[in-house]
Amino acid sequence: MEERNYIQGILHASKTLLVGLKTSIKIFFEHHETEQYPENRDTLIFSDRNRFCLEMPHNEKNQYKCIACGLCQMACPNDSIHITSEMVETEDGKKKKQLVKYEYNLGQCMFCNLCVTACPHDAIQFNQEFENAVFDKKKLILTLNHPGSTLAEKPRPVVTPKPLETLKTAE
Amino acid sequence: MFDFSIVTKWFHSLLTGVMPEWAAIGIECFIVLLFIILLYAILAIALIYGERKICAFFQCRIGPNRVGKWGLLQVFADVFKMLTKEIIKMRQSDRFLHDMAPYFMLLASFLTFACIPWNKGLAILDFNIGVFFFIAVSGIGIVGILLAGWSSRSKYPMIGAMRSGAQLVSYELSIGMTMLTVILLNGTMQFSEIVQQQADFGWNIIRGHVPAIIAFIIYLIAGNAECNRGPFDLPEAESELTAGYHTEYSGMHFGFFYLAEYLNLFICGAMAATIFLGGWAPIYFPGWEGFNHVMSLIPGFIWFFAKAFFVVFLLMWIRWTFPRLRIDQLLSLEWKYLMPISMLNILLMALVVCFGLTL
Repeated sequence: MEERNYIQGILHASKTLLVGLKTSIKIFFEHHETEQYPENRDTLIFSDRNRFCLEMPHNEKNQYKCIACGLCQMACPNDSIHITSEMVETEDGKKKKQLVKYEYNLGQCMFCNLCVTACPHDAIQFNQEFENAVFDKKKLILTLNHPGSTLAEKPRPVVTPKPLETLKTAE
Repeated sequence: MFDFSIVTKWFHSLLTGVMPEWAAIGIECFIVLLFIILLYAILAIALIYGERKICAFFQCRIGPNRVGKWGLLQVFADVFKMLTKEIIKMRQSDRFLHDMAPYFMLLASFLTFACIPWNKGLAILDFNIGVFFFIAVSGIGIVGILLAGWSSRSKYPMIGAMRSGAQLVSYELSIGMTMLTVILLNGTMQFSEIVQQQADFGWNIIRGHVPAIIAFIIYLIAGNAECNRGPFDLPEAESELTAGYHTEYSGMHFGFFYLAEYLNLFICGAMAATIFLGGWAPIYFPGWEGFNHVMSLIPGFIWFFAKAFFVVFLLMWIRWTFPRLRIDQLLSLEWKYLMPISMLNILLMALVVCFGLTL
């Protein structure tokens, strides 16, 4: 702070006060930031990073991507996810885990996003549905897989072992 | 400009024609009382609504807009809520003084309210030392605040009231000094006469040019402090003293403090309009005959209200821009800056008047 004498102090104070007055009168005539919620429901825009409710996206053939590995259930800090799975035998005789029911407790979830990051197949994500209030606590336990949905079969990547020589030349 | 005293004189002669003089004056007093109370209520509603809207606009918000069209019924809803609330009696408080304090506030603002010249010939209290009377009765409000703080027997109100006492006593000086400046310019203490001169010779703020503008700015600062409004709202600083001197009040007793605060704001604006901006005098430009004629067709009380609300807007603008001062900053602003400046300003005004430099 530089030293100011009496007169300089008054002049400096008046100048800075006028700057404040100018700023506030500019805001007075500006657009107001208030969102009038129930009326603007159609035009409401949220950031993509908002986390409101967990969902499992299904494609147009009612197929999900979840392989019931249970990593999300393990990642969840407060047991909001409960996966029921069963073992089925595929056509080629292999045993495979299949999802029966993906239960998600919205009332307990703390929206930490750990399940989404844990998922190896991007089968779950948080969506923008924020009007989640219900009158019964039990209604907050959601089943994320749609009835009658099946696992979306990934096109199996064709693994062709590379010849030994090419590997060597690469090195 | 229409002289309203024609109407009042006609009404007086009408009454004295059918009844003795004392009865006529009694009836007139009653009508005046009704007029004051009605105006008081209407102005309080308008000011509270205006304050909430203007405050919201300054803060990038919309303000009340759900109760009625544009939130116009919000104030009525608030008042009805306040009327239905209980007036709590504290065990340790001095109950008589505690109940009396809000009425002191109301008394002060009613009496100052009565000094205001609304229109030509329409002033309730109008006599040759009107300015002195105005300053004197506006001081009664301090008694109400100190009583409220003392009788609540609680820390916050006590501290708030003491701060308020120090603040109001200090800033009364600046108000008095700026009014003296105007008295020097106009040579009279009668409010109607001050306004009449402004109607004849131009508004004081233009006629007195530099000293009048300095006085007007000092009046705005001191007036904001007199109304206990931000940036000088430390008698009721929410963050430190919950609500200051009216912490222990509830229901309509709190409502009276609230009303008195807003009416003091209006009185401050109205007084600034009266002594600086020409009261009910319309705007005149020498030479523009057509324009001046149109302006004089607008009734005086509309001019008066427009000017008063303009000053009220200035006060609100100041309030919602600046942060609150500390008590030592507040007192040093008054005693080290405003008082010396207004004293010099009186000297300057005296020189200006003496050498005939007024416009």
